[in-house]
Amino acid sequence: MSDKNQTPEKEQNENKKNVGRRDVIKSLATVPVLGAFAYGVYKKKQYDRLLSNSITNEVGMSYEEPAATPPSDVNGKPLRVGLIGYGIRGKMLAKALGFAHPTMVDEWKKGAMTNKDDKRYEEFLQQENLGIQITAVCDIFNTYERMCAEAGANVNREGTGGNMGPMPAIYKNYQELCAAPEVDAIVIAAPDHWHGPMTIEAAKNGKHVYCEKPMTWTVEETYEVRKAVKKSGITFQLGHQGRQTDSYQKAKEAIEKGVLGPINLVEVTTNRNTPNGAWVYPIHEDANPRTIDWEQFIGPAPWHEFSLERFFRWRCWWDYSTGLSGDLLTHEYDAVNQIMNVGIPESAMSTGGIYFYKDGRTVPDVLHTVFEFPKQDLSLVYSATLSSQHQRGKVVMGHDAWMELGQTLTINADVQSTKYADKIKKGIIDPELPIYSYIPGRKNVDAVTSATEKYFAGRGLLYTYRGGKRVDTTHLHMKEWVDCIRSGEEPSCNIDQGFEEAITAHMGTLSYKHNKKVFWDAENEKIIV
Amino acid sequence: MSNPNQKLTNAQVTALLILRVVIGWHFLYEGITKLLNPNWTSVGYLMDSKGFLSGFYHSLAASPKLLPVIDALNEWGLVLIGTALILGLFTRWAIYGGMLLLAMYYFSHPPFIGLKYALPSEGSYLLIDKVVIEFFAMWALSLFPAGKIIGFDRLLVKTK
Repeated sequence: MSDKNQTPEKEQNENKKNVGRRDVIKSLATVPVLGAFAYGVYKKKQYDRLLSNSITNEVGMSYEEPAATPPSDVNGKPLRVGLIGYGIRGKMLAKALGFAHPTMVDEWKKGAMTNKDDKRYEEFLQQENLGIQITAVCDIFNTYERMCAEAGANVNREGTGGNMGPMPAIYKNYQELCAAPEVDAIVIAAPDHWHGPMTIEAAKNGKHVYCEKPMTWTVEETYEVRKAVKKSGITFQLGHQGRQTDSYQKAKEAIEKGVLGPINLVEVTTNRNTPNGAWVYPIHEDANPRTIDWEQFIGPAPWHEFSLERFFRWRCWWDYSTGLSGDLLTHEYDAVNQIMNVGIPESAMSTGGIYFYKDGRTVPDVLHTVFEFPKQDLSLVYSATLSSQHQRGKVVMGHDAWMELGQTLTINADVQSTKYADKIKKGIIDPELPIYSYIPGRKNVDAVTSATEKYFAGRGLLYTYRGGKRVDTTHLHMKEWVDCIRSGEEPSCNIDQGFEEAITAHMGTLSYKHNKKVFWDAENEKIIV
Repeated sequence: MSNPNQKLTNAQVTALLILRVVIGWHFLYEGITKLLNPNWTSVGYLMDSKGFLSGFYHSLAASPKLLPVIDALNEWGLVLIGTALILGLFTRWAIYGGMLLLAMYYFSHPPFIGLKYALPSEGSYLLIDKVVIEFFAMWALSLFPAGKIIGFDRLLVKTK
């Protein structure tokens, strides 16, 4: 502060070169502020560390990413793969194996040129080579059949006019493809009503199978598929790529460590609100009775006259589909089964209806199913709507803490928790803030990381990539299957997990159809309606 | 500046000094917290940018070469500016540097009508937010010999 005894005029008259005691004091007057600042920062850090350590010790969870899987063995003979089905999902599976139709590559390239945030092309090029060869394809729609073969030949991941490899053999039906000697393994991306028969046929021919979910369309074939797969000893992987999601693996760790305390309720949901999300898929312009093998489409389903709607939007009819239970509940159930090992429920009760899409469909667009697991003191509630996108999340509710699962994982203590009561009372744990959060790709997230960062991370803005690359979980899931074929190990979503998935989904469907609670007779392995 | 506190009353000098020190404190703490957090990066903030300059900020976030430079400039810029303001050392340069940083922050997240951010705001702002207010406070500060009355700049002047 200015010295009251000395006027500015006097000061002005001082010789500039003459630095007096007063000048030094005035120059250094604010230095103590830095000392106070340093002390403040020290105290704040100490407080944060204490808070963070007491929570981290209490929770006992690690923040490390699950170990990255080693690269696939590409030095030996390539695995020869046959693709059945090149519809929406078939295209994605082929891409996850490293084979995309040149026009798809063109589209991604174009996207990358006009929008630098469009990383599809870059990611596809970076995707690991699994050491496979597409040797056979089959699709009952001519256009998809040709495209599938061209994708299989696109060994260099190029666009139109690129240098293609040999064309895979085209088969007119799946039986011939399953019997083909140049095929070691088969990817099934056909409608639900074909999953069982195709898996059985492939297993009988000793071909390894990657099958899209749900595993089966009827209860009966579920037993047959399991029998055929076990008898043949093939490597079977069911297409629940959620098995590869980092946060699910962390969730499993949290539950095993008892972070949540006793868990009696799990709520999972489907929240969609687009025609595409409700299976009203576009109808291809080339499609007509001459380009589609309609009889082969029908197969085990009840006969119906040719219908483009039914061919492209088959998920809307029980005749070919398993509805919400098979398509979307299965993903949710498999996630819960993965993290909690719940197995097949003792009972299921479903209710719902066709409330929004009155387009002639037979499967409901709103569905709620409650599964009971009395041995585990647990209820699993599934609730789905196809006419609202309000995200209700996937929540595991424990007496001591609740957990919300998605791409990220957050755990909050329950206000009335017994386990954390002392720490809540002392103010160390705030039930409003997560006691644990896991953000994929982010290391060393500590318990009191700033709210801002969590906010960004929750919105995907801090999304980083595993090993420096963004990886598609479907690719990881197929890679696991390919690696297991080579090593002889069991994949994560094997036939036993698939059996539990299929039976659980069928129980939900049967309860809806019969409008009554259905039970699982575990001893005799029978669903009791 | 031969007459550093000409026409300024003691209260004016005190107010200016406090303003300089508190702004310095704010800059320094913003810088220190980032330096002390090994995981800190500006990428989330940059990606959240909206408005007519958002393309520029997004391109900074998307560049693996530029991002570490931006992060370091930001962290050390804040620390150095904050320390300089508290000490009253190279005050005018620190103020100009600070104003430049603030302008960059403002235009990355301008509180314009129709722009919404992931980062929640702690207040309600229309065109003017606290960044702008700090910017103009610093401008006002730059018009007074803030460091030359109380601060290291006094020594610099005297020993010239």
